[in-house]
Amino acid sequence: MLAVADITVRFGDRAVLDRVSLELARGEVVALVGPSGVGKSTLLRVIAGLLQPDAGSIVLNGRDITALPTHERNIGLMFQNEQLFPHLSVADNVAFGLRMQRQARAAIASRVDELLQLVGLEGFGDRDTGRLSGGESKRIALARALAPKPAVLLLDEPLTGLDRELHDRLASDLSDVLRSTGTTALLVTHDAAEASAIADQTVTMGST
Amino acid sequence: MAGPVERDRAALSPNALPRWLVPAIAALPIVVLGGLYFWPLATLLTRVVRPSSLGDALGIPGLANVLWFTLWQALVSTILTLAIGFIPAYVLARYRFVGRRALLAIVTVPFMLPTVVVGAAFLALLPTEWHGTARAVILAHVFFNIAVVVRLVGAMWAVLPTDLTAAARTLGASPAQVLRHVVLPLLRPSLWAAATVVFLFTFTSFGAVRLLGGSGNPTLEVEIVRRATQLGDVDGAAVLSLLQLLALAAVVWWSTRSRRRGTHALSGSSHWRVARSRRERSAVLATAAAIAIVMSLPLAVMASRSFRLGDQWTLTAWRKLGNAEVRPGVSLGVDPIASLLTSLRFAAVAAIMSVVVGGLAALAIAAARRRGALLDVGLMLPLGTSAVTVGLGLLITFDTAPLDWRSRWWLVPLGHALVAIPFVVRAVLPVLRAIPSDQRSAAATLGASPTRAWLAIDLQRVLRPLVAASGLAAAISLGEFGATTLLTRAGNETMPIAIARLLGRTGELPRAQAFALATMLMVVTAVIIVGVIGAAEREGVFDARSR
Repeated sequence: MLAVADITVRFGDRAVLDRVSLELARGEVVALVGPSGVGKSTLLRVIAGLLQPDAGSIVLNGRDITALPTHERNIGLMFQNEQLFPHLSVADNVAFGLRMQRQARAAIASRVDELLQLVGLEGFGDRDTGRLSGGESKRIALARALAPKPAVLLLDEPLTGLDRELHDRLASDLSDVLRSTGTTALLVTHDAAEASAIADQTVTMGST
Repeated sequence: MAGPVERDRAALSPNALPRWLVPAIAALPIVVLGGLYFWPLATLLTRVVRPSSLGDALGIPGLANVLWFTLWQALVSTILTLAIGFIPAYVLARYRFVGRRALLAIVTVPFMLPTVVVGAAFLALLPTEWHGTARAVILAHVFFNIAVVVRLVGAMWAVLPTDLTAAARTLGASPAQVLRHVVLPLLRPSLWAAATVVFLFTFTSFGAVRLLGGSGNPTLEVEIVRRATQLGDVDGAAVLSLLQLLALAAVVWWSTRSRRRGTHALSGSSHWRVARSRRERSAVLATAAAIAIVMSLPLAVMASRSFRLGDQWTLTAWRKLGNAEVRPGVSLGVDPIASLLTSLRFAAVAAIMSVVVGGLAALAIAAARRRGALLDVGLMLPLGTSAVTVGLGLLITFDTAPLDWRSRWWLVPLGHALVAIPFVVRAVLPVLRAIPSDQRSAAATLGASPTRAWLAIDLQRVLRPLVAASGLAAAISLGEFGATTLLTRAGNETMPIAIARLLGRTGELPRAQAFALATMLMVVTAVIIVGVIGAAEREGVFDARSR
């Protein structure tokens, strides 16, 4: 479904990614594990279209999307530090992608409710994002990324910065949510235990 | 932070500064502020409350036109400045490139140049048919105030996380949608702040309107001066300044009220974008170059025009600067070189006065802590009063014996100092407030008495920002035009006055000489600003502007 081929990214003389290839099947959850600085997050940014690679291609459902702008790719990304919009309420954050698709107001409202329920935060819609706890923010970020039904969801260290107990509970919830929604996902983490808890398959990236 | 209780305890402690110290250092600023700002303001007010003058003034023919022009040119200037300033604000906030600091200087220096210089530059740049039009005024206003947008909006844009806009992109937002739904809402507080500042400046604009607007486009500020100097209608001028003061207060009140709604604190470090592709890199550099060219064009054209008479390149205008006589027997009425010397003398006097008064005031405000707030606010008020109003107040207050100071030369630098004092206080106060109280405690444990500790720490810390502030005050004085127009006396013309007079004359030579003089004033001011700006920026001064 998603085929990443021979991606190379250079910053100056340094090759951060050197001919990296990867394939994801529909509904599959793959974890990308490796030490920090190995270019895992860079690869996610390339797939999302936030960074243009120096070489290589990205093919989604048979279509070459390497040159397509981010907003036309239908690839979701859950950021390491959530990046919730501070000027919008929780519900408006979750609704953001649906509004960009110009969906009807009623359809947006019911989809937002559905997602808040999915991540276990019903009734949080009117809250200010600044008042959320760390775990709640992660859940809202997940709900927001899932709302527009992306073809592939990328997760960049989604559970970093949480304490152990919360981390484990969220890891199992995240795994459940990805399965129940049938989401194709690529997860980046430095934690091998987290990877095996969430993903079907683990790919290790070593330093080149 | 120490609460009120702790502060009171601090005041009672044997380590407190002696009781006489704060009143002693606050005395001079209070006398100056009371005598030279509040008293003249009260005099203005008494002139106005006489029913006859109020009625006469409101019956001024064309008053509605003046008000309407003042308002609409300010609104249009503000909107255009925001729209155009957006581009340099974005480029300077987001990208790092070769020459970034130079571009920042090119964009921000015009804001602190004398209005007369900018007015002269646009006279040199624009075709003659544009002289005396609202278009010319508005263009000059935009040129002037772009720095406000670059500073205020740019500061917020720089800390707007790039990942936040990236998040919107991954949710399917096009670049235009990102701007509308994420960037603009988050920048809104800074957009409001910039709009308010630009509106206030253009609403009270004097120099640019006087030179570029012609007789058909007077703002309130220009009309006040016309009433006071040409028509001798001081009462009418007083009513108009009060009217303007009320309008300004209303704008400030409305703006602070609406700004309070919906602010989202963004903080943290700057998020730089690295232009990765060759295309992005060249786009950034091309935009930067275009901005630099547009922003330096008026000043460059003005400088070049000072070397032209007819179709020839010549040094004549510069050579004849020292000659008060245009032709044998025909006097110019204004000696350009004498005006330079007068300006430098006034700038030195104004800088000394404002540094002494402003420095003492800052020390008093910082030492008095909470009780210093009143003095703090009082010293900021002249900032919200137009320079013309300050000048008018001085003019009508000190006109009768034994306080008939109208013909005294020092009344002009005094007016300049009054305009500059708030900037001096703003430059010094943050430095004083940033001194940790433990520094004084450390001095005490080393055997310094409270007064000694204060002398050794506060007073020492104040010296460096005061040097920067004195440069700022000198720059303000050199460019001051509004108050000076009202206070100046024959034989004591400053450079801005001389430039305006020369521009008002027919003939090519006076015009070229005006451009030469304006170029000199620009260079002197720019040298002071660029020399001082580095130091001043580190001390947190920016909102300086000569009017």
